[in-house]
Amino acid sequence: MPHLLTRSLDRGATIFLIVVAACGVLIPLSNLLLPAGSLLQVPTYLVALFGKYACYAVLALSIDLIWGYCGILSLGHGAFFALGGYAMGMYLMRQIGSRGVYGNPLLPDFMVFLNYPKLPWYWHGFDMFAFAALMVILVPGLLAFCFGWLAFRSRVTGVYLSIITQAMTYALLLAFFRNDFGFGGNNGLTDFKDILGFNVQADGTRAALFALSCLTLMIAFLICRTVVTSKLGKVLIAVRDAESRTRFLGYRVESYKLFVFTLSACMAGVAGALYVPQVGIINPSEFAPGNSIEAVIWVAVGGRGTLIGAALGAVVVNYAKTYFTSGPLAPYWLFMLGAMFILVTLLLPKGIVGTFNAWWGPWKARRSTLNAASAAAEDGVSEPHMAE
Amino acid sequence: MSNPPHYYFCRGRPVVANVFDRLRSLVLSVFLIGALALPAFAGAFEDAIAKFANDEFSDTEEAIGTVATSGNPLAFAIISALGDGRLSADPDTKKVFITQEDGNVIDAATGAAVDKLPDNAVAVRLNNRLRRTVEAALGGLTLLSPDPNKRIAAAQSVFKTHDETMLPVIDGALAKETNKGAKLAFTEARAAILLFKADATDAEKLEAIATIKARGDQEALALLTGLTGEQPPAIARAAASATSAIQSNLALWSTAQNAWYGLSLGSVLLLAAIGLAITFGVMGVINMAHGEMVMLGAYTTFVVQEIIRTRYPGLFDYSLLIAVPLAFLVAGAIGVVIERTIIRFLYGRPLETLLATWGLSLVLQQAVRTAFGPTNREVGNPSWMSGAFELGQITITYNRLWILCFTLAVFAILLAMLRYTALGLEMRAVTQNRRMAASMGIATSRVDALTFGLGSGIAGIAGVALSQIDNVSPNLGQSYIIDSFMVVVFGGVGNLWGTLVGAFTLGIANKFLEPVAGAVLGKIAILVLIILFIQKRPRGLFALKGRAVEA
Repeated sequence: MPHLLTRSLDRGATIFLIVVAACGVLIPLSNLLLPAGSLLQVPTYLVALFGKYACYAVLALSIDLIWGYCGILSLGHGAFFALGGYAMGMYLMRQIGSRGVYGNPLLPDFMVFLNYPKLPWYWHGFDMFAFAALMVILVPGLLAFCFGWLAFRSRVTGVYLSIITQAMTYALLLAFFRNDFGFGGNNGLTDFKDILGFNVQADGTRAALFALSCLTLMIAFLICRTVVTSKLGKVLIAVRDAESRTRFLGYRVESYKLFVFTLSACMAGVAGALYVPQVGIINPSEFAPGNSIEAVIWVAVGGRGTLIGAALGAVVVNYAKTYFTSGPLAPYWLFMLGAMFILVTLLLPKGIVGTFNAWWGPWKARRSTLNAASAAAEDGVSEPHMAE
Repeated sequence: MSNPPHYYFCRGRPVVANVFDRLRSLVLSVFLIGALALPAFAGAFEDAIAKFANDEFSDTEEAIGTVATSGNPLAFAIISALGDGRLSADPDTKKVFITQEDGNVIDAATGAAVDKLPDNAVAVRLNNRLRRTVEAALGGLTLLSPDPNKRIAAAQSVFKTHDETMLPVIDGALAKETNKGAKLAFTEARAAILLFKADATDAEKLEAIATIKARGDQEALALLTGLTGEQPPAIARAAASATSAIQSNLALWSTAQNAWYGLSLGSVLLLAAIGLAITFGVMGVINMAHGEMVMLGAYTTFVVQEIIRTRYPGLFDYSLLIAVPLAFLVAGAIGVVIERTIIRFLYGRPLETLLATWGLSLVLQQAVRTAFGPTNREVGNPSWMSGAFELGQITITYNRLWILCFTLAVFAILLAMLRYTALGLEMRAVTQNRRMAASMGIATSRVDALTFGLGSGIAGIAGVALSQIDNVSPNLGQSYIIDSFMVVVFGGVGNLWGTLVGAFTLGIANKFLEPVAGAVLGKIAILVLIILFIQKRPRGLFALKGRAVEA
């Protein structure tokens, strides 16, 4: 295991981890320790916003893991994200207790409102954080496992898979919109009070959640790096590039795909679980197919199959979204987003990081050979004659 | 009723009121029989009118009875005016006047127009008991109304209430009736009454059951199941068998109704998916902007109708005929432009195409939102598409019927085009083997552009039809895109017949699931079934076979 970890850490990965760790430490500290209004103090709303970006980055990593390295384009990853979010939301709802509008000690407000006689069976256990945390991983993982097991075994690939993942999230969207489905219908779950005894609105909790999101991002990144640099990762890349050939070589393609798809869904679930307490609401619109497709474009913008690019893309696109939708340019945001989809696929197929690597890589190689040559010249040693 | 609160207040003592109603209608029907049997004599009518002016409730009641049974053409006008508080009387001259709904005043006894009400005329007062008498009298009068539709409606309400006291009236009316529909309605009403009449003979009851069975709808069923208490075994058996016959008949009709709804939904799905069957099915391009082509077609219809409304209002009925070719051209031209500028560079990279066209759909939506506003725009139905007709017990609206015909026509034309035209031949050739087609001298890139334009143009035509049944808003296309992909994938890519079968299968399955599971759960069930189906047959219902498939 240790050598697996060290192998996964090249220079880019190390820089990425350091940057994320620095953000995760410095931003909360600046928010909590510096006086409000000081130049270097990060306001609380920005901490929550950055926390949201970190969760999106984890979702983008999970998509990059399957799309960038295994060629599975899921247009329904938002569903796993939202399921994780709902599991966390259910825990937070149970924590409200009798402080709700109706003051019912057991039933959340919407259940009182909709005349539920008692707590539905699937809401039991969510008053315990450990159980909820387990469900955050288990529910998306189980859905992905069942879905993947059916899909990959019968060799549904490419576009067909994309379309049925989209159908999956659409079906869930319709289901969660129903009031009698037991998840708050249209309004979803909101009005959270506290998490593990800490007030979700408090600055300290927000800072801690942000730090936790950064930590999760780092762990998720390490897991992804470990997977893609291992032998398993090589097989995944082989599946992406030539699935039939890999199968003919004797690999059980569907097992590899199933593993990585389930892992990715679990990661998306965790991202959703961290997202909910920071934005304070989870509702069925998170299942909208458009959201999942938008998450794919983060990966495409940042650079498919680079991991760092996925995280970077999530932050860049979402920052642009925040910037444009809050200013006078708001009506043009969809033009921007649409144009980004088109231009990135046409002109920048490798994304920001991929393009950078394509330029930087050869230049670095040339420079290192030049360095070696000049060093050799200074030493007065002639180049070895390879031809001989 | 002019004064509902009083009326409802009576409902406080329903049992007494019911008994009273029976008695009152019995008295009234005796009067009505009199009216049918004897020709009305003039003096009695005038005398009765004068009684309205006495301002005594008992006199008024007597007057209502006499007027209702008089057979006088003014009777209906007088009684209904009384009920609405439009009947006034002059206590000095004993003359009675009707203030008609348009404000003109006529003399109640003669029907002659009067300039204005006399100054001392007051409205004839009613109490709650009289209000019910008025209502019953009106019911009886409508059974004898000169308008056959009103007679039928009155007979239908008697069928539902099967009020025994109405039997003599019905019998009388039936004897005189010449209109076929009204005659049937009276016969059915009579049967309903006889079925519940305690002293009717068994033969009469059996005949009544047969009549009700022949009617065979929900109300007939309600009537038969309402038949309780001690019945002779023969009657009970006949009623039970009639009940089950009606039930199976109703089940058949409801199946037919569901099948029609299913066909209708299927035609909408087919229309939305047929363009996609070309771009995705034949060319293999994942066009997520397909829904927006449909939307553009719908907005073309809106613009055409807008111009017609402001400039040439007389042409409104032809607006759709003008919109169809225009929508084809607009959407088709935009399709060609998209193919030339974006999709051309992405052949062989389906997932990238998907993302780029999704971006395109966002741009098109936002462009339309900027140009036409985010709200729904009004697109009208031409006169020949409004309304509905009844076929047995199912209701068919003209716009759904036209859309079904239109869809099948578009499908047939498209098939013929692919089969018999040069362009169709070239399209099929390029689809089957691009390099071979190119070697044969086909300009493949031109064919690509035209094929994509054709698919988009057909989506535009679909938009014209869908504008008639859906809201025309920038989001119109999004609601169809997932359904369209489901249809194409379910039917089998690259096969137009598969799309046809897929659309109608999904439409009918959806509508048959809806009554069982509810609209949303039905839709979810369909989505889950398709996901499972794709596991079983990854290439759809009618998969293409051979080498081209793997390419």
